[in-house]
Amino acid sequence: MSEPKKPQAPAAGGRASTKKELPEHFKAYKHVWVFIEQERGQVHPVSWELMGEGRKLADKLNVELAAVVLGAEGETVRHAVAEAFCYGADLVYVGADAVLADYRNEAYTAAMTDLVNTYKPEILLLGATTLGRDLAGAVATTLLTGLTADSTELDVDADGSLAATRPTFGGSLLCTIYTLNYRPQMATVRPRVMAMPERVEKPIGRVVEHALQIREADIVTKILSFLPDRDSNKSNLAYADVVVAGGMGLGSPENFQLVRQLAAAMGAEYGCSRPLVQKGWVTSDRQIGQTGKTIRPRLYIAAGISGAIQHRVGVEGADLIVAINTDKNAPIMDFAHVAVVTDAIRFLPMLTDAFKRRLSAHSRDKMAS
Amino acid sequence: MHIVVCIKQVPDSAQIRVHPVTNTIMRQGVPTIINPYDLFALEEALRLRDRFGGAVTVLTMGPPSAEDSLRKALTFGADRAVLLTDRFFAGSDTLATSFALATAITRIGETWGAPDIVFTGKQTIDGDTAQVGPGIAKRLGLIQVTYVAKVAELDPEGRTITLERRAEGGTQVLKSQLPCLIAMLEGTNEVRRGTMADALSAARAEIVKWNAKDAGVEDLGKCGLKGSPTIVKRVFAPAARSEKAKVIEAPEGGSLADALIADVFARQPHLEADLTALARGF
Amino acid sequence: MIDEKFDAIVVGAGMAGNGAAYTLAKRGLKVLQLERGEYSGSKNVQGAILYSDMLEKIIPDFREDAPLERHLVEQRFWMMDDRSHVGLHYRSEDFNEEAPNRYTIIRAQFDKWFSGKVREAGALVVCETTVTELVQDAYGKVIGVKTDRGGGQIHADVVVLAEGVSGLLGTRAGLRKIPKPTDVALAVKEMHFLPQETIEDRFLLKGDEGVVIEAAGTISEGMTGMGFIYTNKECISLGIGCLVSDFQKTGRSPYQLLETFKQHPSVAPLIAGSEVKEYAAHLIPEGGYKAIPQLFGDGWVVVGDAAQLNNAIHREGSNLAMTSGRIAAEAIFQVKSRKEPMTAQNLSLYKTLLEQSFIIKDLKKYKDMPQLLHIQSQNFFLTYPQLVSKAMQNFVRVDGTPKIEKEKMTLKSFTSARSWAGLFGDAFRLARAWR
Ligand SMILES: Cc1cc2nc3c(=O)[nH]c(=O)nc-3n(C[C@H](O)[C@H](O)[C@H](O)COP(=O)(O)OP(=O)(O)OC[C@H]3O[C@@H](n4cnc5c(N)ncnc54)[C@H](O)[C@@H]3O)c2cc1C
Ligand SMILES: Cc1cc2nc3c(=O)[nH]c(=O)nc-3n(C[C@H](O)[C@H](O)[C@H](O)COP(=O)(O)OP(=O)(O)OC[C@H]3O[C@@H](n4cnc5c(N)ncnc54)[C@H](O)[C@@H]3O)c2cc1C
Ligand SMILES: Nc1ncnc2c1ncn2[C@@H]1O[C@H](COP(=O)(O)O)[C@@H](O)[C@H]1O
Repeated sequence: MSEPKKPQAPAAGGRASTKKELPEHFKAYKHVWVFIEQERGQVHPVSWELMGEGRKLADKLNVELAAVVLGAEGETVRHAVAEAFCYGADLVYVGADAVLADYRNEAYTAAMTDLVNTYKPEILLLGATTLGRDLAGAVATTLLTGLTADSTELDVDADGSLAATRPTFGGSLLCTIYTLNYRPQMATVRPRVMAMPERVEKPIGRVVEHALQIREADIVTKILSFLPDRDSNKSNLAYADVVVAGGMGLGSPENFQLVRQLAAAMGAEYGCSRPLVQKGWVTSDRQIGQTGKTIRPRLYIAAGISGAIQHRVGVEGADLIVAINTDKNAPIMDFAHVAVVTDAIRFLPMLTDAFKRRLSAHSRDKMAS
Repeated sequence: MHIVVCIKQVPDSAQIRVHPVTNTIMRQGVPTIINPYDLFALEEALRLRDRFGGAVTVLTMGPPSAEDSLRKALTFGADRAVLLTDRFFAGSDTLATSFALATAITRIGETWGAPDIVFTGKQTIDGDTAQVGPGIAKRLGLIQVTYVAKVAELDPEGRTITLERRAEGGTQVLKSQLPCLIAMLEGTNEVRRGTMADALSAARAEIVKWNAKDAGVEDLGKCGLKGSPTIVKRVFAPAARSEKAKVIEAPEGGSLADALIADVFARQPHLEADLTALARGF
Repeated sequence: MIDEKFDAIVVGAGMAGNGAAYTLAKRGLKVLQLERGEYSGSKNVQGAILYSDMLEKIIPDFREDAPLERHLVEQRFWMMDDRSHVGLHYRSEDFNEEAPNRYTIIRAQFDKWFSGKVREAGALVVCETTVTELVQDAYGKVIGVKTDRGGGQIHADVVVLAEGVSGLLGTRAGLRKIPKPTDVALAVKEMHFLPQETIEDRFLLKGDEGVVIEAAGTISEGMTGMGFIYTNKECISLGIGCLVSDFQKTGRSPYQLLETFKQHPSVAPLIAGSEVKEYAAHLIPEGGYKAIPQLFGDGWVVVGDAAQLNNAIHREGSNLAMTSGRIAAEAIFQVKSRKEPMTAQNLSLYKTLLEQSFIIKDLKKYKDMPQLLHIQSQNFFLTYPQLVSKAMQNFVRVDGTPKIEKEKMTLKSFTSARSWAGLFGDAFRLARAWR
């Protein structure tokens, strides 16, 4: 019964709550904000992807685009602020305080709600990462406003309301959600759903430093340690240029090697469909799709993957999708651009060889010239 | 120790079909299941109960038929089940859902003792928002820890709890206090089977059914559609790609692999140069 | 070990098990029903037609809330060759009656509803629990069951075996033999989802009216078998089944047959544009009267498909299943009310009652049919359909051939394919089996 509501709910018409009647006190809420997520010195790229979207919304609404940077005072915050301008911010709100050194929900929720209540944005966007989702849910409930999770498309309609579109019912349908009469209008967006905007070198502009009233003594949760993932666990799947993935059509965990080998030959990342994770053939950080990663590579090669809707939603952003499948009627044929109808187990080694030949031939040419 | 676990009955999304004309969900024959993510929360709760004693109460908000999911949770070994069901809850978004559940949890606390931990799943497979957990925590003023991979330590006397929480690029180990709300990560455990005795007592159990009033909701304006700031204006099917995939075939006497590669690079001219550069880097 | 003893344990929550458990519980017995599926119906595959009369005898007011799909107003029989079908269609407004006689149902939903009724009647229903073994005492009397859940065995005065066609438990306990491949058919089935309006357009239906098509002919490639198409509200159940022994002989896969059936020019337009969900395969007992095993013993009875109680000729299974369940329950109740033990001798009442019912009478009537169809499968399922099709085409096609010649051609094609003696023989045999 949680969001999104049943699609059978009649659209508009008849119900008072679907009309826009923004209460007077919300009319002061203006401008588009993007929360810049950073942990351990790194800004999550999703924040810049959101700046690209935020810019478009702000331009349509003819308002300013602000970035919100939270963290402990220091180089990390300074760097995030400077970068925010390069990704199109008109101004940056900074909450710099030692209590914000590491992400903790209590401190970040307090900081964020304080900033919203003070400076009153009309739209607030966050990445749908573990941090962003944790924070967004708490902030929206504290502010008693609406929040649309995992939006895939953001727009403003004729009367200036945020229209956030997201998949529903396992991706079988899309729905467009509004928060007409509450502010801010909040939405989260998964990494790689929006394109990365171009970074343009710019000087630091207007910065609003906000003094926070949060004391460490009031924060119950303490961080004992952080255990970074071992390198082998780290996949850069979401941000890879080329991704090769395998599915149940490969038939056995041994055959999944063929996918790894092709990926290695191309300098690509590898991934898989969900059943392979469930069977324990591949680790879960390699899963692509609705409940795994969204990818946006320039080239996606799917071997022995049927292309169920839950898989499809994770790969649709790819520029070029190649399907290798024995079944010419598999659902993946409806959204792949190119296909070979053949046995992947036999074909993958040939493809790996062919790529190796082609790429090394080139590098020889080029080195010679 | 009293632990409340929020579970949701959801349509098995693998089996959902959409009416091609009206774009509504065709529900016929679509089975419902316990949101798979919630089973990890339930199992973790059962383990803590087995270790520290006490009881596990499962709670769901949904239609009367959601009773099936609760009974199933009892078969796994939960001690009691509460079904929150009322037409006033229909059309709830995450804010309204968290309000209703938080109110019911308060009533559960008054009836069987205040919970030490409230568990939720990471997210649902139909709502898929991961917002209800944080929403409940905020409404109840509980510490919230999401994406929890492991309950590392728990000290019932000292009222402290140490958790491993999945974060970007690694695992946060954090120490917090009871009571708290934990949203459990998937794959962290495997839900137990339940003994024959569990199954028999589940089959016999009375499921507690509360409407809004029983649960202690005073302001119906915070429930259902009225209490939901978000409005679904439009539901539509994703645009189909107009063309099917172009099927590449091996040229006479040539290799299929080479034909595919040629086609790929013809469509992505820069990719070849970039991959070559990358290959040279090896 | 669970120190609780039940009056009866019912194994399986299909039609037979539900019929038995409901009746037992209604009569006030302490009943435990065990089902291995996630819920009652989750593993059940059926076309499926529900026959009202037999359910009325168990739950008279079932129409009030049972999940019924469509009531049947039309029955079609098709004799098919590769490109045509000759059909007999019977449709009558009489079937739009107050209390319709036959409905299509979706077993998964129907069984769930039935199971709810069983619960309401007071039986304990436990799902996701497989009975792994019957517990017998030193004298071979069945005294309880073991399950795959931890916590040991459970005891009862009598165990009702309603475990369906494969009947593993009974076989394992030595109570019956494994059914022969010639006595069981393997059916495959798909659900084709379509918008309600489309189904109504294609089959000329209004409201809740429904159609059944039963098809035989070259679709089974000479094997003993049949195809079926049933209309539900928002989907079409479609399937085909053939004797297991025939599949063994020909090496064909049921899936291939189903594909061919779906692509048949008479079938394809009915399901065009549908979304397929649920592919399922299931066995159907086809041995008829002669294949019925021992039906009762000390501390046990067997009902439904597990007892091979299935009328293959009329495609009736679920009604025999629920009726045999009900009758077994009534027999058990009578023994119990006389305060007598559940011995084989006392439980023989079940067989006596069954013999008085339509079940055994119907099965006896067709007792020779399975063998006949089986031995003659080439003729009945390949040669005749082709001949009939040819004859029909010859009859309706107007091409200037004098009618008298046409008749001769038809006759000739029949006799050249099968000798006169063969033809008469078949007709005679068929009539005798049917009688
Ligand atoms: C709530 C929910 C969330 C889900 N989330 C995800 C998700 O995030 N990601 C995801 O991937 N899935 C997800 N799924 C599962 C999804 O519905 C599908 O079940 C899954 O994607 C199917 O995986 P597959 O294509 O590998 O396997 P299958 O569907 O079994 O397909 C195998 C394919 O391989 C082909 N094939 C067989 N042999 C060969 C061969 N030798 N050579 C080439 N091709 C061959 C077959 O024709 C077929 O198309 C989710 C499901 C649910 C219910
Ligand atoms: C494709 C097809 C079409 C059909 N069409 C029709 C039709 O139109 N009309 C009609 O009347 N009949 C039809 N039938 C026949 C009908 O479905 C069966 O005769 C009927 O379902 C038999 O009921 P049953 O209760 O004996 O067995 P089942 O319905 O098979 O039920 C047996 C139950 O026992 C459970 N079980 C098995 N072993 C164990 C165990 N060890 N422990 C616990 N539980 C166990 C199973 O999970 C199952 O739920 C059709 C059958 C098929 C396959
Ligand atoms: N109607 C509900 N009843 C009980 N728990 C729910 C309900 N909706 C959501 N939850 C809980 O909140 C978690 C997150 O749900 P969601 O925000 O919908 O992704 C789920 O895993 C459940 O534990």
